[in-house]
Amino acid sequence: MSMTEPAPAPAPTRRFGLGAARGTALLPESSLAGRALVIVIAIMAFLASLAAGAVELVAEASNDWTASVSREMTIQIRPRAGRDIEADLRRASDIARRAPGITDVRIYTRKEAESLLEPWLGTGLQLGDLPVPRLVVFKVSDPAAVDVAKIRTELGAIPAASLDDHRVWLARLAAMANTLVLIGLVVLVLVLTAMALAIAFATRGAMAGNREIIDVLHLVGAEDRFIAREFQRHFLRLGLRGGAIGGGLAIAAFLIAGLLAARLIATPGGDQIEALFGAFALRWPGYLAIIAIAGLVALITAVVSRTTVFRNLRGLD
Amino acid sequence: MVRFENVGLRYGMGPEILRDLSFDVPPHSLQFLTGPSGAGKTTLLKLILQTLKPTRGLITLFGHDTATLDKDAITRLRRRIGVVFQDFRLLDHLTTYENVALPLRVQGKAEASYRPEVIELLKWVGLGDKMHVPPAILSGGEKQRAAIARATISRPELLLADEPTGNVDPTLARRLLRLFVEMNRSGTSVVLATHDLALMDQVDARRMVLAEGQLHVYD
Repeated sequence: MSMTEPAPAPAPTRRFGLGAARGTALLPESSLAGRALVIVIAIMAFLASLAAGAVELVAEASNDWTASVSREMTIQIRPRAGRDIEADLRRASDIARRAPGITDVRIYTRKEAESLLEPWLGTGLQLGDLPVPRLVVFKVSDPAAVDVAKIRTELGAIPAASLDDHRVWLARLAAMANTLVLIGLVVLVLVLTAMALAIAFATRGAMAGNREIIDVLHLVGAEDRFIAREFQRHFLRLGLRGGAIGGGLAIAAFLIAGLLAARLIATPGGDQIEALFGAFALRWPGYLAIIAIAGLVALITAVVSRTTVFRNLRGLD
Repeated sequence: MVRFENVGLRYGMGPEILRDLSFDVPPHSLQFLTGPSGAGKTTLLKLILQTLKPTRGLITLFGHDTATLDKDAITRLRRRIGVVFQDFRLLDHLTTYENVALPLRVQGKAEASYRPEVIELLKWVGLGDKMHVPPAILSGGEKQRAAIARATISRPELLLADEPTGNVDPTLARRLLRLFVEMNRSGTSVVLATHDLALMDQVDARRMVLAEGQLHVYD
């Protein structure tokens, strides 16, 4: 084709105003429900991040409890007629001291044993006549070396002695923690699923609003994957923005909660929180999980929009 | 290049609006598609472009039976066809330059590779000073020229133009017709749908006349 006729208009003075190397987006931003969708994605990312952070917090607290509890064991000796309880206590502490992997063996005095009952019975009571069980408490320095069965066998020589290695309590604790983690993960999956559905609806709406543009693109030779890529690019941008906002807010929420918990230390409320969640401070794996969720949110947004566009374009046939 | 054999089209259960269309568009040919308003010129162009499927008959495009092609294959064939729509169908949020460059952009070409060519074509159709404005502020004639530039920028093997001179003055109409003739001389087959008898009289070309759903070809 030869086009030699003189130009009727002067040559433009400015460079093509396409901005980025790719040029203007083929789908107009104003037609794509951008701001509302970013808010929805940010809320979903925030909720998903809270769920993930809570899961991490519970898992960490459970590990802390388990570690501290499993490093302590107790021998309980109940008073029994005809038995010298002090002698039984000494025998029991000797058995514990001889056992490998055990340190800090200590016999709780009668006063200490009675003080353990105070939270339930109150103060000022005369417990001298009550058969208060006595305790031998010791720490486990090397859990692998401790032979619990052997200690139990040796304690068999003391009729009223029993060894408590907290196994039952640990099992219940683990079950509770696992249930909480599972609930958290289910919440996480539900939130992400709801978000994916919202993206799918938004994509369908955007396609309906841009039907004319899609038709023109088809007519000038655009393949479905080109059109899907245009939608995907747009929704990925929204997803990144929403994920960053939601994840950022969740990180800020955990940081503020950690600071507040730190300020509440030594108050009754703070003690309760510490008893449940340790320091109530999310550790770095928790923050990493939140960042990963923000990325996952953006990825889900892009993939769902692309899939929805493909499915709908096929439907146009 | 394009072959229709006993093609018919009806919408739903209605009567056939086009029937027994049998013709071909040979390579390097120029033809006018004419007929009264509502005769089905635009519909026939849509059948060639495969945005409408016939209810009967065989359409062969560039040697391919279109009934056997999938969507992507038809899209690839469309890249060999330039189309000027009666209603222009320019994208309002893009500049004139971006509209004209669209067929090259959707093929994944780098902007640097086609920029000079697009500028040259825009100047040639008289839109050199309007390349950065959106179509909304172009006049009807300018939109028409932008649409023609978009249809021709990828040097298609077949050009379909639906009333391409309907919105321009006679001088520009002659100039645009010369563009189509020049494209035809350089190897592009051209189908110009028009009911402008004066325009048709300027070029000695085949005439395909649609009337009452049937096509009569006058070589």
